[in-house]
Amino acid sequence: MDGSVDGFAGPRATLKAITVATRTDKKKNDDFGTVYRGHEGQWSWLFHRVTGVAIILFLFAHIVDTAVIGWGPEAYDKVTAAYKNPLVHLLELGLVTAVIYHSLNGLKITLIDFFPSLAGHIKALGRTTVLLFVLCMIPVVAIMGKQTLDLL
Amino acid sequence: MATTIDRSQPSAGAPEPQRDMRGGRERPIGGFELWAWLFMRISGLVLLVLAVGHTLIMHLPSGGVDRVDFQFVAARWGSPFWRTWDWMMLTLALIHGINGLRNITLDYVRKPGMRFALNMAYYVLGFTLLILGTVIVVTFDPTKWGSGA
Repeated sequence: MDGSVDGFAGPRATLKAITVATRTDKKKNDDFGTVYRGHEGQWSWLFHRVTGVAIILFLFAHIVDTAVIGWGPEAYDKVTAAYKNPLVHLLELGLVTAVIYHSLNGLKITLIDFFPSLAGHIKALGRTTVLLFVLCMIPVVAIMGKQTLDLL
Repeated sequence: MATTIDRSQPSAGAPEPQRDMRGGRERPIGGFELWAWLFMRISGLVLLVLAVGHTLIMHLPSGGVDRVDFQFVAARWGSPFWRTWDWMMLTLALIHGINGLRNITLDYVRKPGMRFALNMAYYVLGFTLLILGTVIVVTFDPTKWGSGA
């Protein structure tokens, strides 16, 4: 990319085109960043990023902690024992919450992108996503909450 | 160009014009960025089954994650089905997550050198973890420790 809007075209390519095009354009630093404001979409956008970063950071750690199993039962059981802790359970609930939110919101994004006519119903889709998320969280909080209480 | 937003002028607190979403969202039309865009959505759909399924299976039934220990994993990886599941999940989630980090970095890091350094750090870390995870998932053999599960 050379700072033009190469690779992008059409009436619905504009914002992303400008964003991506200016990534390599040193002269237009004011254009950087894609924080936007204005409607509900800003929150789902922000939560998607935050949960995504949280999940990949956990994944880095999770690959390493799982790999410890290659060093035998003594080493691995020491690792898993560290998870039997109420504070870790709280973090675990946060992780499950992030995974559920990121997946449902990602599904919403994918549906809108693969079926652009759905974009006209973006508010209804956004509210449906939040509703589904809340409905999923009820049993998750109940079950994981009980697991944590059993530990105390 | 129905909805062009001129971002070269600082808007000084003025609200951004409401975008017309009826034509769909913006997306790259070609090159690497389009493949990355497509990969994020396809892998996302697969991870909806693999990663969400894994999360729910591991954290909700029969006492959740507290039941996981060496014997548990040894029994689980006794099945090629779960080894395949875990390896596919490892690969897709790592690439999906690393590309997510790359996107965020391109959005916020202005200095080209820093951007390059960060992206390279993601790639090296991702590649290392992919190798580590793959070696463990493929070669793990519980009988090495006398516990043939």
